[in-house]
Amino acid sequence: MIIEQLVTSFFAAAGFGVIFNAPKKSLIQCGTVGMLGWLVYTLLVNQGVDAVPSTVMAAMLVAILSQVCAKFFKTPIIIFNVSGIIPLVPGGLAYDAMRNFVLNDYNVALQLAAKAFLISGAIAIGLVFSEIINQVIRKTKLNRQSVR
Amino acid sequence: MDTRNKTNDIIKVCMLAGKVMLQSGAETYRVEDTMLRIAASFDLESAQSYVTPTGIMFSTNETEITHFVRIVKRSTDLHKVDMVNSISRKITANELTLEAASNELKRIETEVHTYTIAVQIFAAALASGCFTIMFQGTWQDFLPAFVIGGIGFSAMIYFHRIVEIQFFAEFLASLIIGLLAVLSIWLGIGYQLDKIIIGSVMPLVPGLLITNAVRDLMAGHLVSGLSKGAEAFLTAFAIGAGIASVFSFL
Repeated sequence: MIIEQLVTSFFAAAGFGVIFNAPKKSLIQCGTVGMLGWLVYTLLVNQGVDAVPSTVMAAMLVAILSQVCAKFFKTPIIIFNVSGIIPLVPGGLAYDAMRNFVLNDYNVALQLAAKAFLISGAIAIGLVFSEIINQVIRKTKLNRQSVR
Repeated sequence: MDTRNKTNDIIKVCMLAGKVMLQSGAETYRVEDTMLRIAASFDLESAQSYVTPTGIMFSTNETEITHFVRIVKRSTDLHKVDMVNSISRKITANELTLEAASNELKRIETEVHTYTIAVQIFAAALASGCFTIMFQGTWQDFLPAFVIGGIGFSAMIYFHRIVEIQFFAEFLASLIIGLLAVLSIWLGIGYQLDKIIIGSVMPLVPGLLITNAVRDLMAGHLVSGLSKGAEAFLTAFAIGAGIASVFSFL
């Protein structure tokens, strides 16, 4: 069960790498980043954690892995970030919300839409959080060098 | 006169690098940063750049003439972003002369997508099938989602070419996806309509725009962040409207 999730998320993320014309040599990294992010998300959701904090954790992992890949392969971070984040996008929820709007079931639709909005916010928080860590590390390193 | 020509050449390289990056879907703060780095490494003091998703303004000095490029067509091409980025790295490391950089950038500008359209459609189809499984769909629905996702993505590429309005292309593509999904259920090929539609629609989802919007907003580029967010919202709305119209006719 978890293996099928791993395989599909790898191919989904790598597929998005192809659609966005990511360099050929970084496709495997794109897939791996997406796979690990989705692994964290599914594991947490299966443990009964709410979707929003799970998304924050997964997005944070994606962002940290992307930072590492970007430093290591000297490529813009956006290449890894984008394909890693795609599986976390609340497409299913947004779809359900839209369907309920059309079926005139506004109560359910608004609930789902709010949830989808929160998850999008969670992705943003996760992405930004790792950026902050990165900046703090860089700043403290610079300070130490200037002290010397 | 000679220094003036040289300054003009540097400005041209900066503008070209910025233009290629912005057209390929780089974050605005990265575009600004790259342009300033290139300018600084060619000893162009106090250069300033202001980038929005639809245009680049670049000035070498407060009293000098400001240069401007209008960006009309935007697409996603991370390979170009990567190549321009590595050129700017080489320039800052003094490994590239001005002429070499200019030639390289011109070559990158005319370069085409690494993957052929067929490969892209296949990738989109594969991603659609995989998303159906990831959203707890069954393996019976993998094939319908694979086929419908591929058709939906090719429809979007096709409509992009004949209609200038992006919203309409996305709307039509998701309308086709919705109709085909209903048809597949009706024919007995697919089982869960919801999972098939969600999976097939995923390649159209504006994931890059969302991440870029957030990163720009957080970097303090409020204008770019908000306008990219609006673009992402429009795309999402187009997809939703396309699917919704299928449901309302059922």
